[in-house]
Amino acid sequence: MASTTHDAGHGAADAAHGAVDAAAHGSSGMPQLDFSTYGNQIFWLLVTLVVIYLILSRVALPRIAAILNERQGTITNDLAAAEDLKAKAVEAENAYNKALADARAEAQRIAAETRAEIQAEVDEAIAKADEEISAKAADSEKAIAEIRAGALESVKIVASDTASALVAALGGKDDADAVASAVAKRTEG
Amino acid sequence: MGKLFFYVALALVLVSGVLFAPEHAGLAIHPMDQFGVESLFGGDHIAWYTPTNVTLWMLLAVVAIIAVLVLGSSNRGIVPSRAQSVAELAYGFIYKMVEDVTGKDAVKFFPYIMTLFMFIVTANFLGLIPMSFTTTSHFAVTAVLAVLVFVTVTITGFVLHGAKFLGLFWVSSAPLALRPILAIIELISYFVRPVSHCIRLAGNVMAGHAVLKVFAGFAGALGAGAFLPIFAITAVYALEVLVAFIQAYVFTILTCVYLKDALHPSH
Repeated sequence: MASTTHDAGHGAADAAHGAVDAAAHGSSGMPQLDFSTYGNQIFWLLVTLVVIYLILSRVALPRIAAILNERQGTITNDLAAAEDLKAKAVEAENAYNKALADARAEAQRIAAETRAEIQAEVDEAIAKADEEISAKAADSEKAIAEIRAGALESVKIVASDTASALVAALGGKDDADAVASAVAKRTEG
Repeated sequence: MGKLFFYVALALVLVSGVLFAPEHAGLAIHPMDQFGVESLFGGDHIAWYTPTNVTLWMLLAVVAIIAVLVLGSSNRGIVPSRAQSVAELAYGFIYKMVEDVTGKDAVKFFPYIMTLFMFIVTANFLGLIPMSFTTTSHFAVTAVLAVLVFVTVTITGFVLHGAKFLGLFWVSSAPLALRPILAIIELISYFVRPVSHCIRLAGNVMAGHAVLKVFAGFAGALGAGAFLPIFAITAVYALEVLVAFIQAYVFTILTCVYLKDALHPSH
């Protein structure tokens, strides 16, 4: 402010200023040491400080403190909510894992069951086949036995006939019973 | 750093006084004129109630403080606006300082300390506006601030601890023979505190502003060579921005340290 006065109207302002300075504090050059203005500065400073103090202590500081508290509360709440959600997520994961394990167990059970069923069917089929095979084998054996018996009978008959013919040819007496028993005796052995 | 500048400024004032005496009309540098207290509405006589440039710039400081701390926080946003961030930073900064330096039981002094800090820091920064008036460059202002702190500390100390507050001067950890001497030293340092407290602030602010003005005068006188002083002005101005905050911080933290003596004299 003072400098503007100076730059603007140099001569007059300077002279006036110098006069005031000289009158006030003997032109020391430092307005800070001009004690005539101290009362004015101190008065306005005290007014300013009281005004600032009242504004700060009544309005600004409680409001800012409330804002900071509110924010702290919000953050705490959000953290708690996040913790909750995290717990829920863990729970969901556990449930998922359990469901997965259950499903796996179920699948294994079904597979085992199916395998058992198939095994049972296969066993049954094998048993049936075995039965059939053994039945067929028995039949075959019977047929073979029959055939063998038939063959033996035929051998006996052929042998008796041959023996009879030989006996007859050799001039012996054709005794059917003796030939039969002799043939039987020879074929037995 | 501040002291150095103070001396540099004084030296420059003296040199400029010799070199650019009023006879050289073209080169008149008046670095101290910016600190003159003048009536706002004319008239040479300045009574205690006269509205002066002191009144104006203190009023502007109040307006600035209201703008940042009151209007800035009026939205009460959970996510703060810029002004609200500044208000919250200032609040947190001083609150933490009071808690850390002085102690948790000093929180009742927080509005008072916040008042001091906000006034000083605002006045310092307003003073950096070209052509403005810096209220904190006056010893009358800083002395009142310092004396207020001194009185507060002394009264608080005696109210809380009675005669035990005098134990502050009786260094019980020192040998008995030394204690009276230490007591005298402690007593002197206690009473010197407000002096250094007020000179430090006003001296730093005044020195920086005077230096700026001197360089500005050189710039006006040098013509084409003015880039040198202008560069210097830029550098000093940057330093002054730093000083404006640091001095407010120093004043405030010293207030906290002094208050700690009043609240816990044994430490």
